[in-house]
Amino acid sequence: MALLEIQNVTRRFGTFTAVDQVSISIEAGEFFTLLGPSGCGKTTLLRMIAGFDLPDGGSIRLNGEDLAGLPPERRPVRTVFQSYALFPHMTVEGNIAFPLQMAKTPASDIPAKVDAALEDVRLTGFGKRYPHELSGGQKQRVAIGRALVTHPTVLLLDEPLAALDAKLREEMQIELINLQKEVGITFVYVTHDQTEALALSHRIAVMNKGRVEQLDEPSKIYSFPNSRFVADFIGTCNLLDGPVLKVDEGTVTIDVGGLGPVRVASSDRPTAGQTASIALRPEKIRIAGAAAQDAAANHFRGSVTDLLYLGDVTVYKVSTESGTKLEALLANSAAGRTKFFEIGDAVAVSWPVDAGHFIPR
Amino acid sequence: MAARRGANLGKWLVSGPPLLYLVVFFAIPTLIMVLASFRTPGEFGGLAPLVEDGKLDLNLDSYARLLSDAVYVQIFIKSVWYALLTTLFCLLLAYPLSLLIAQSARRHRDLLLLLVILPFWSNFLIRVYAWMIILGPNAALARTVNSVLAWFGHEPVPLLFSSFAVLVCLVYVHLPFMVLPLYANLEKHDLALLDAAQDLGANAWQRFWRITFPLSLPGVYAGAALVFIPALGIFAIPDILGGPEDSLIGNVIKQQFLETRDWPFGSVLSIVLTVAALLLAGLAAWFGRRNLGARQTNA
Repeated sequence: MALLEIQNVTRRFGTFTAVDQVSISIEAGEFFTLLGPSGCGKTTLLRMIAGFDLPDGGSIRLNGEDLAGLPPERRPVRTVFQSYALFPHMTVEGNIAFPLQMAKTPASDIPAKVDAALEDVRLTGFGKRYPHELSGGQKQRVAIGRALVTHPTVLLLDEPLAALDAKLREEMQIELINLQKEVGITFVYVTHDQTEALALSHRIAVMNKGRVEQLDEPSKIYSFPNSRFVADFIGTCNLLDGPVLKVDEGTVTIDVGGLGPVRVASSDRPTAGQTASIALRPEKIRIAGAAAQDAAANHFRGSVTDLLYLGDVTVYKVSTESGTKLEALLANSAAGRTKFFEIGDAVAVSWPVDAGHFIPR
Repeated sequence: MAARRGANLGKWLVSGPPLLYLVVFFAIPTLIMVLASFRTPGEFGGLAPLVEDGKLDLNLDSYARLLSDAVYVQIFIKSVWYALLTTLFCLLLAYPLSLLIAQSARRHRDLLLLLVILPFWSNFLIRVYAWMIILGPNAALARTVNSVLAWFGHEPVPLLFSSFAVLVCLVYVHLPFMVLPLYANLEKHDLALLDAAQDLGANAWQRFWRITFPLSLPGVYAGAALVFIPALGIFAIPDILGGPEDSLIGNVIKQQFLETRDWPFGSVLSIVLTVAALLLAGLAAWFGRRNLGARQTNA
């Protein structure tokens, strides 16, 4: 049985259903992420696990025990808040000692535990400082140390890195991964940032409008999105829609409006005529000079309408002859590049059948 | 250079008038009072001439008189005691009230605050006189209290013209001065801190005692100063509602200036009162800061 069992949990605010029949099982030691746009219900779900909000229906069980009757202060669950919520009138030590004092830890044991927590979050020597004397990243560490010092069963993190700048965020991501490995505590992480979710998690639940759209490992979510929403939300994606034209053994052909028949590998056997989509990642599209001969299953001619040079990669927006806009991404490393294209250049775009991912409607 | 001179001129134009006002109506009168405390009372009240027979008449007689008569020291101590009690009761009443207002829905807060300051719309003396009616021997309150006492076989007690009446009215008059700074502080508290404390295992009392209360101490100190200092110098309330035993230092000072007409001694009492109030306020601030620091490091 899983450590944290969320079963058919529903939460309504008036006529708005914030969380709609959500069922998730989270295993012990897992780094689990709830990912979705704002208003998708991920924070409401987190607050229900913490106990700040109660479900209108369904149950949340931790180690088999129903949490419904337990107020937040009696749940073996800790939260790292987005705003850190450090106590401004206490030092770093005071903040970290607080949950120990609440748990009636003998006073003589507290300093050692506080020191250990400070070491875990690499803040040794900062114990006497006040929160206002710390940088954003240091405050974040204090918040995490404070939440971990009592060794909770589950640690909930509510967009903990949202307030940090990009470079620091990346550092903290690596530290979070290592920390989670070290302490072995189950992390439930809420974010709207898909790269963060992909980088950190063992598994991700992508949420939309109160429901779980897809629950899987990061690579599966990225490569095999099961809905247009997930494909669009995770990373950048070319979505080609149209009716199913033909179903062969292992491939499906879709009549994409403006582009014509596009083949995609799929074990699905949809009925002809039903609308479906192909999700095609920009990095899976090959782009070549207009004259190049390409044997790939899908190839189209077009011209570059926009380009974004991002240093390591270049993003090309290509408009095909029929006017369909595609986004292609090329690495700028010498090995992978034969030619740089300019706006207005005629190019050929192509991709093999297994580059795209078939999404039935 | 010209721009800087212009900015300086502007600064003086803005801050000049209030400074001038304070110098003329506060600093100079205070100096006059300090000077008066060293002079001799006039034969028919007021002050004797400063220079008599070519000699400057300045002495410490009035200060000596204060120290020689224990009754004044006793009245000082009683006044400080009444002011402390007033501050304490105001704090006990105002804290839950301020917390309630700060935690109520934003659209109700202005109305609740308005109710707190509503008494200011009628005159201070009228409000004090109103207490004469409320506490009077024929009012419902006194009759109820005394009938309960009679039921226990106790003699009836007068509510009016007593220390009780003075204290009740002192608390009533000063309550808004405690509520307003406390509310201003509590209203700014970050509620996420309470969520965090609860998440970390703190129950309702622990959340109040460890988070809300320490963070509200600046408001407590401001409110205590705003109540304690005026309560220390008050004379109208003991005059109107107190018995003969309830004379406070404010009454004695008023008496020296208006009835006994001993201006030097009245000045001495005023100076001692002012210095005592400043010392006590300073001591409280110092103690509070030290205490707050200790709480922070021990926590």
